[in-house]
Amino acid sequence: MANVKTYVRPMGAWWRRNPFYGWYMLRELSCVFVTAYAVVLLVGLARLAQGRPAYEAWRESLASPSAVLFHMLALAVVTYHAWTWFKVMPKTLPFLTLAGRRISDRAIISAGVVAAVMSSVLIFLAVSLASL
Amino acid sequence: MKRSNKPIFWSLFGAGGMLSALIGPVLIFMTGIAVPLGFLLPRETMNYDRMLTFVSNGFGKLVVLAVIGLFLFHGLHRMYHCLHDVGIHVGAGLKAVFHGLAIAGTLATCYLLTVVG
Repeated sequence: MANVKTYVRPMGAWWRRNPFYGWYMLRELSCVFVTAYAVVLLVGLARLAQGRPAYEAWRESLASPSAVLFHMLALAVVTYHAWTWFKVMPKTLPFLTLAGRRISDRAIISAGVVAAVMSSVLIFLAVSLASL
Repeated sequence: MKRSNKPIFWSLFGAGGMLSALIGPVLIFMTGIAVPLGFLLPRETMNYDRMLTFVSNGFGKLVVLAVIGLFLFHGLHRMYHCLHDVGIHVGAGLKAVFHGLAIAGTLATCYLLTVVG
């Protein structure tokens, strides 16, 4: 069959056409950092299983400027992912009712953010106490 | 009718998304910034003996497995769906690759947690 010349709308950098698309892509980009962070931890676990010298070398590599820079970027992007996760929670959860009335979107989003802040503070305090 | 495996992978994506939304930022801050730089937490927080003790009990193993396994299932599932957005056509093969990587990483974590102590 001869080549049919159909118009295909170009895809190049479509996420720059509208700020909304840009924020969408930033949220989706978080998957790269979540995956990479899991791989960092998996490598750390493997080094731990290999013994003290291997683990200490891994721990040393975490202090390198590029590793710290990666974790700073990951922190920013994963924090944005967390915000978007709670923001869509009223749509991803089934309708919740309390005393016969639907719980408002605002209350669901706030509950998610409060749960994240509280669990983060508790984990940080627990680790601080354990490291004394 | 053949049963779809979508609910399984979507649930693991959702569980990983929830876990990373709740504690992802604080974990990244502690293990990747605070401890390596000795900022707010001592550098020795993650030394060999402490970490070996942590993964030697059942609770520690469960935490490590949940974080690594669910983060992988969340991240790789979303990455698979992103391929479409950047103009890559996906099919059963690529789906198997992305979900397979998450399964392989989770199994590797299970194996390492059993041999580590």
